[in-house]
Amino acid sequence: MNEIEKKSVCTCGEIDDNKKKLLEVIVSVNGDKSQLMKVLNAAQEIYGYIPTSAQKTISEELDIPMAEIYGVITFYTRFSLEPKGKYNIGVCLGTACYVKGSQMVLDKVKEILGIDVGGITPDGKFSLVSTRCVGACGLAPVMTVNDEVYGNMDPSKVKDILDKYV
Amino acid sequence: MKSIEELNEIREKTLSEISLRKDRNYTGREKHILVCGGTGCTSSHSKDIIEKFNELIKEHNLDNVRVIRTGCFGLCARGPIIVIRPEDTFYAMSHVDDVEEIFEKHIMNGEIVERLLCKDVDGSVVKSLDELNFYKKQHRIVLKNCGLIDPENIDEYLAFDGYKALEKVLTSMTAEEVIKEVSDSGLRGRGGAGFPTGKKWQFAKDSQDEQKYVACNADEGDPGAFMDRSVLEGDPHSVIEAMAIAAFAIGANKGYVYVRAEYPIAVHRLQVAIDQAREYGLLGKNIMGTNFEFDVEIRLGAGAFVCGEETALMESVEGRRGEPRTRPPFPAVKGLFGKPTLLNNVETYANITQIILNGASWYSSIGTEKSKGTKVFALGGNINNVGLVEVPMGITLREIVYDIGGGIPNGRKFKAAQTGGPSGGCIPEEYLDTPIDYESLSAIGSMMGSGGLIIMDDSTCMVNLARFFLDFTVDESCGKCPPCRIGTKRMLEILERLVNGKGREGDIEKLEKLAMNIKRSSLCGLGQTAPNPVLSTLKYFRNEYEAHIKEKKCPAGECKAMTKVMIDKEKCKGCSLCSKNCPVQAIHGELKSPFEIDQSKCIKCGVCIAKCPFKAISRV
Amino acid sequence: MGTVKLTIDGKQIEVPSDYTILEAARQAGSDVPTLCHLKNINKIGACRMCIVEVEGSRGFITSCTTPVSDGMVVKTNTPALRDARKVTLELLLSNHRRECLTCIRSGNCELQTLSKKLNVDDIEFQGEMSERFVDDLSPSIVRDTSKCILCKRCVATCKNIQKVGAIDTVNRGFKAKIGTALDKSLNDVPCSLCGQCINACPTGALHEKDSTKEVWAAIDDPNKYVIFQTAPAVRAAIGEEFGYPIGTLVTGKMVAGLKKLGVNKVFDTNTGADFTIMEEGTELIERIKGNGVLPMVTSCSPGWVRFAESYYPDLLDHLSSAKSPHQMFGAILKSYYAEKEGINPDDIFVVSVMPCVAKKAESKREEMKVNGRADVDAVITTREAARMMKEAGIDLRYIDDESFDNPMGEASGAGAIFGTTGGVMEAALRTVSELMTGKELEKVEFEEVRGELNGIKEATVKIGDMDVKLAIVNGLGNAAKIMDMVREGKAPYHFIEIMACPGGCVNGGGQPIHDAKTRDTVDIPGLRKKALYEADKNLPIRKSHENPMIKKIYEEYLEKPGSEKAHELLHTHYYERKYFEE
Repeated sequence: MNEIEKKSVCTCGEIDDNKKKLLEVIVSVNGDKSQLMKVLNAAQEIYGYIPTSAQKTISEELDIPMAEIYGVITFYTRFSLEPKGKYNIGVCLGTACYVKGSQMVLDKVKEILGIDVGGITPDGKFSLVSTRCVGACGLAPVMTVNDEVYGNMDPSKVKDILDKYV
Repeated sequence: MKSIEELNEIREKTLSEISLRKDRNYTGREKHILVCGGTGCTSSHSKDIIEKFNELIKEHNLDNVRVIRTGCFGLCARGPIIVIRPEDTFYAMSHVDDVEEIFEKHIMNGEIVERLLCKDVDGSVVKSLDELNFYKKQHRIVLKNCGLIDPENIDEYLAFDGYKALEKVLTSMTAEEVIKEVSDSGLRGRGGAGFPTGKKWQFAKDSQDEQKYVACNADEGDPGAFMDRSVLEGDPHSVIEAMAIAAFAIGANKGYVYVRAEYPIAVHRLQVAIDQAREYGLLGKNIMGTNFEFDVEIRLGAGAFVCGEETALMESVEGRRGEPRTRPPFPAVKGLFGKPTLLNNVETYANITQIILNGASWYSSIGTEKSKGTKVFALGGNINNVGLVEVPMGITLREIVYDIGGGIPNGRKFKAAQTGGPSGGCIPEEYLDTPIDYESLSAIGSMMGSGGLIIMDDSTCMVNLARFFLDFTVDESCGKCPPCRIGTKRMLEILERLVNGKGREGDIEKLEKLAMNIKRSSLCGLGQTAPNPVLSTLKYFRNEYEAHIKEKKCPAGECKAMTKVMIDKEKCKGCSLCSKNCPVQAIHGELKSPFEIDQSKCIKCGVCIAKCPFKAISRV
Repeated sequence: MGTVKLTIDGKQIEVPSDYTILEAARQAGSDVPTLCHLKNINKIGACRMCIVEVEGSRGFITSCTTPVSDGMVVKTNTPALRDARKVTLELLLSNHRRECLTCIRSGNCELQTLSKKLNVDDIEFQGEMSERFVDDLSPSIVRDTSKCILCKRCVATCKNIQKVGAIDTVNRGFKAKIGTALDKSLNDVPCSLCGQCINACPTGALHEKDSTKEVWAAIDDPNKYVIFQTAPAVRAAIGEEFGYPIGTLVTGKMVAGLKKLGVNKVFDTNTGADFTIMEEGTELIERIKGNGVLPMVTSCSPGWVRFAESYYPDLLDHLSSAKSPHQMFGAILKSYYAEKEGINPDDIFVVSVMPCVAKKAESKREEMKVNGRADVDAVITTREAARMMKEAGIDLRYIDDESFDNPMGEASGAGAIFGTTGGVMEAALRTVSELMTGKELEKVEFEEVRGELNGIKEATVKIGDMDVKLAIVNGLGNAAKIMDMVREGKAPYHFIEIMACPGGCVNGGGQPIHDAKTRDTVDIPGLRKKALYEADKNLPIRKSHENPMIKKIYEEYLEKPGSEKAHELLHTHYYERKYFEE
């Protein structure tokens, strides 16, 4: 086992794959603390959020205080401390979409799923965020489900799209 | 590592393969199918279209047909876009199901599929790009390669004069000469502030330090703006080459591109371009055999609009919260990691190579006296031709809205155009003939901004628009200084009361007082410009504010709390579509008789308005 | 270093070229307001109060961050500036829980003072206030975000001066607040509880956990025998709470004032310090002889101990096992003294008046109990002691000096200098040299070990034939540096003194708080430590082992330093602290 693998061994004895991936990214920055954003982005990608264990690993390996890491995580919208749903729904509230009624689309999603922005359904399937402009303004109003982009939305289209993921 | 001779060889070879994309006189048998791979068209499944074409080409074993995924063509409203070269046929609003037909008829038999051709706003069929009104008044300098080359193929970039500007600079120009060329061109920063680019380069050059950096601001955060994204997705090398030229001019050897993480395609394309440039020795040590060394690194943002601010960007690159720094010291003296740093916007850089190749006098012949060159705008909102346009400075707003933009859809009227996003101002109808240049726009209380240009029709409430922008600002404020952190929140609170029918006498005066103080006391540009949407809507639409406060009415009919949704009995045919779609069952009536809305149940969501085939329902 | 000529509000002045406009303005007599500025600690231009107008520059410039330049023309007092500052201040106040009358910092709050100064008579822009977070779970420090103005002085102190980084700015925009990792209590993150953040805070957002109520209850309880003991650093600072100049030695008045509270006895912690020297000095000699881990590190600073347990748990065997002075003293009071005076130790209530907030937590440690009985029942800061006196109508200025109570009231000068960086070291040397060589010292002072503010000082002292290598460290950032060296085996010292607070206890987290301008321009720790060295000089006994009370108690009760009885009462142990376990 190499150094990274040794550090990735979980209490159960197996290698924690996510931790291994994270450590690989951390090692790649060679102790450069200014690369914290890269490491946090990687953690967000790997885990889908940034769990306490990941924060500890980053803090120990890069010698950055936990409070500072927490301060950076909570500053940037893309970093989340809570796991997202299996399907993360984003409704764009950027100007072009807003002017074309994306707020109503958002309200419809809230109504159907029974959750608010930032929330997650009890079964962990859907989470909802309002997004900033994703640059698909030609298709306004825009709704995203994970990486899938749905353009030209209106409230009546919401249910059918969500049903695809049930 | 390629020498200059080797690069020229590649250029020649590739040009011979792809010149048909530009050459009107091409008579060969090659056909290139260009499919738009910008984020908009990709979201509309242009990837599937490309795959299907490739399948068919393979099936039929055609060696003279290629599919190329290019950058953004700009006409996003008509995407996905397919352009067949050399004949320049323009298929719009394509679908993967259309591919077989296009393949069989056009590719195999040379027969144009009329029904899939792009239609202009008036419904007239357009056979080629040049015929489209959308493009007639555009002048594509920054976007010249978008829609033309495969952005993930450095050879194609090279073919159309790629890296020739860098070669010219490294082999025949001094740093001073480069800066003079940029200064004489009149290029001004395209990120919004319009600071003379040559001057900025000179400041960075003047700083004495062994270590200097160039940086590129690709944190494009204005909602509705996607100019920089399109450049990075469609022509990333243009930015890399320009950064290398800038590094040479100021004495730097390292560059950073700060890209927002919400642009995964742009990040990917840029990384591919960097890797390819390194492979060819166009990044690294001894570039083109000279002793110039330069390399570039991508640093990701993570969802903070304020990181588009120069010093906040630097804080983020350094791994911290994106809280702006006070100036002095200015970044040209102490920027990234305490070193002199030149930061320019993506679009600013994208102008550089052509300025070097074609000369400052060529560039300064375009545009107006004080605003030279072109500007890329992301045209959006209530406009027919939503998309990306590049126009010469000095063109009027009217020309953009009507000639290029195709006018306002759904028979509505133009009300205002917003430039500069949350930092900008609105331009009302009476100023439609304002030329688009830095000074003219500031003179009317607006600004050039980074390029987001949102058109609003008469159904837009300007008070709610101001509220929308303040809401954005409050969410994105970094929180470091009280005028912005608390002041914008207080402004938002007042605006929220206004749109909810709870406006009070004195609210306008309060807004104006807050606005003035936030503008002059805030630490950074975000705070200093946050009040602009309020100030400019107050300037041109004060009557709407007064109506909200004094009469508790929203003249545009948008603010739900003060409007009612009503069915016009004259127009209503009793078809019951509205009732069937009402989420709260608030609409009742007998078939073929006018229906009625129970106001006590109505939640004013507007679904009925959208569903009514007779336009009989509206907000009053 | 050259000078620069500039004009401020029409007045031409010449200042060193490395001055900021703020410093130049102060020299010119223009009192530019500040809130977030702390010299050498926090220079971020965030509060927008120090704005000035500079000819040729667009917009307002923050004077605290901008250096002067030759020929600069500055205006600090235009109508636009006055108006701008006022509105910014009003915005701050609109998001501040304005309960001045019941606030701990009323009368000594920089926000309150500035509001008065700028003549704020109305808060026009009222609205939603930031969510309030209160953390009062630690025994030492209370945080209340409803009074925070986000000046970041606390964060800067913790991160840049103490190099701990237990707090940072969290969230963004209106939701921004000062918080800890994962929003835990200070008690559950590697905070050393040194309290330097409290001293940096301009408002009541940070303060010590109150112990005055329980002390009053004990004083008012006729069954309790209340003994107060006072740390050396207190007497050099408590006068400041009554208007005395910084660094005035008010020992006699302090004792008189405390006696007037109605306590049974007022003793001198310096006596405890003498015990500490006996125990720790003996321990050092033993280790040097080859029977223990070197370098040995002092353990009387509980902020430092907590820091060590959090960050250097592998090096805990370097720490002296001696308790800190007030803990030792408490243990002696509840054993020897109780027996001698025939008092039931359960009825004794020991109150330590300390310049420190970490000692509140220290006194509650399980290890600081003997036979299940805590050595010290309550710890109050210098500030709390002054508040209690004021509450009882006692004003130091108008009372006569009194002496500490006998028989535990006589302490040596060595004990007195414990309150400043290098003091413990010097006190130890006075005893250790005489014990090791058996010869009387020619000179009692060891200036070479008197510490530097927030620094690491090295010194070598000849004891007999031996070159004893020493390090004197204050400020946790420096503690980390030296312990890193110890960890790598690169610390060639016999003995290291570490105090958590920059400058030592005279600058402790429980000392009187002064505003930023005073902190910027006056050497507060320097003036207070001078008072302690003066006190030392004027005391009849200068060495711990010559303290007759000490000699007596060892003879009668403890047998000798390091004896079993001494270990039972006067020694402690440490353990690793773990955080963020899931």
